[in-house]
Amino acid sequence: MSTPTTSFGREAAAAIARSKNEPAWLVAWREEAGDLTRTLELPKPEKTPLQRWNLDVQGTHRPGREVAAAADLPAPIASLLGTAADGAVIVQHNSSVIYTKLPEEWKAKGVVLSSLEDAARTHEELVRAHLMTAYERGEHKLSAMHGALWNGGAFLYVPRGVEIEVPVQALLYADDAEATFAPHILVIADANSRVTVVETASSSLGETDATLLHNGAVEVFAKAGAQVRYAAVHHMDSKAIDISYRRAVLENDARIEWIVGDLHEGNTVTDTLSVLKGNGSTSDAKIISVGTGSQRMSLTTRAVHFGRSSESDMITRAVMKDAATAIINGITKIEKGATKADGQQTEKVLMLSPKARGDANPILLIDEDDVKAGHAASVGQVNAEQVHYLMSRGIAKEEAERLIIYGFLDPVVSQIPLESVRELLHRILERKLG
Amino acid sequence: MSSLFEIHGLKSAIEGKEILKGFDLTMQAGEVHAIMGPNGTGKSTLASSIMGHPKYEVTEGKVLLEGEDVLEMGVDERARAGLFLAMQYPSEITGVTNADFLRSAINARRGEGNEISLIKFVRLMEAKMKELDMNPEFMHRYLNEGFSGGEKKRNEILQMMMLEPKLVILDEIDSGLDIDALKIVAAGVNAMREPDRSFLIITHYQRLLNYIKPDYVHVMMQGRIVKSGGPELAERLEAEGYDWVKDELGIVDETVGQA
Repeated sequence: MSTPTTSFGREAAAAIARSKNEPAWLVAWREEAGDLTRTLELPKPEKTPLQRWNLDVQGTHRPGREVAAAADLPAPIASLLGTAADGAVIVQHNSSVIYTKLPEEWKAKGVVLSSLEDAARTHEELVRAHLMTAYERGEHKLSAMHGALWNGGAFLYVPRGVEIEVPVQALLYADDAEATFAPHILVIADANSRVTVVETASSSLGETDATLLHNGAVEVFAKAGAQVRYAAVHHMDSKAIDISYRRAVLENDARIEWIVGDLHEGNTVTDTLSVLKGNGSTSDAKIISVGTGSQRMSLTTRAVHFGRSSESDMITRAVMKDAATAIINGITKIEKGATKADGQQTEKVLMLSPKARGDANPILLIDEDDVKAGHAASVGQVNAEQVHYLMSRGIAKEEAERLIIYGFLDPVVSQIPLESVRELLHRILERKLG
Repeated sequence: MSSLFEIHGLKSAIEGKEILKGFDLTMQAGEVHAIMGPNGTGKSTLASSIMGHPKYEVTEGKVLLEGEDVLEMGVDERARAGLFLAMQYPSEITGVTNADFLRSAINARRGEGNEISLIKFVRLMEAKMKELDMNPEFMHRYLNEGFSGGEKKRNEILQMMMLEPKLVILDEIDSGLDIDALKIVAAGVNAMREPDRSFLIITHYQRLLNYIKPDYVHVMMQGRIVKSGGPELAERLEAEGYDWVKDELGIVDETVGQA
């Protein structure tokens, strides 16, 4: 049974933590978060009244069954994983991590990949120093809930100077709508290291009256000179709500690339933020979305520049169908002292239905003179001139439009680092675009 | 036996304004016709109307390709029937690679179950790109995106070479080309000349016709052909301009006018 928010708090948070035998520091930390859930309000994304959403669901702790080998994974998870099982993999099923694999050669180099729950014990210092420092428990009610309830999760540590060529895959899967599904992915890329993470969030809820709440978070800490590529593909049942806060904190000359497919079937709030703390740090965010049915989405990308000569680029492209609504916010903030910073953003919305709605809100907030910043936003239909051009080469209208719509999303699709995830993305797009 | 391509009394308007005012032309298989004329006489409207651009409304007339009225067909059907227009301003399409686009176009013509194999396609495209001295990289670039004017024109010719149409219309293919690019484009066109393929070349300048020899040259004014001749007509136009044609025919304003 779902517990209404009103009865959730310090005690409930502590009780769950204790039932999982979490270390004392984490139990206390969760208690603080539990307290905050009582006092904080829901976030207020632009034109998205979250108070009307069914967010009063905490779910219950429903751990999946741990397996020792990929061959023993439940069939739907195994098929999602595809052939990508050679590299590093971590799998969360409902409320817990059920499988982790890290190649020996990486272990030998000091790479750590485990559930965040395990890391809270094995790497307490690192976890405590970073966990929810970029996405704080005190931001709003959802972050407090996440702090109190996050489960399973992934902890990835890449030591100084270590470069991992093969992507690390984090697969998040729910098939129980009443489960607490709140993964937290914590990535610490030490100085001059290099790593790619590919995260997929999917569900198969079947017939149910319950609402699955995915209250997830990603925090990436890229130390000086580190380079992190983080790709995420989210696609869950329309019954599910996807709340995903993603944060990257970049030290000097560090780099983050976000490659995100926010392709969920149900209501969605995502917020992808790069904090360019260090001089010379760079962030590149590419996000696509397809709105279908009557889903409501709030998609925000943000870049905050503190470092000198820091550069950010954000591109969001959304295709809107049926009666779906997407509010797309891009916020570039350049703080005083971030001289020679360069922040660019583009939001483009392709409208395929008169009942669909897509708002693009580009915002530049500049507190420093010696900077470059720019934005571009457009909302429009499939370009008739382009359709004509393709048709003039013999391509039928429907196919011409299909090519243009897929092409609109290709700048992200083609950048997805894992073949199997690219294929997954194609299947999702086929399904959503028809 | 009908001619390969016939246009009868074609009238066409844009935003309610009539541009083509009864255009007639007959082309036999294998012929190259050039349509010349000053700006604003309806040359590009002719090309766009034949291809079926949505902005142009054909109000009267027939356009027959091998006896079939293409005006009754959708734009894609016209192309599959063998019509090809190398456009003056080709669209740029993000996310659709040149190769994916061309393969879709070829397969649309070949029909389901008869698709070209990927290997065959790539070999063909590579060979044709080489003929046009195009950077092989352009195969995987997004369609016309970031192409220079000259690269776009070459890309139009590449499409023509790969789609092997029956009737090719080149709309100002020479504009924006330097002399080397012009020679390459012309060589591409000449390589495509076949007894059963015809070309309609629309141009301002005689220059292109030095490299692609036309069988017939037509002068267009006021939305129709006002004078026809052989290649010598183009040479005279180059040397003397259009005023003598206007004088001869008593035309004051050669454009389609504002009336």
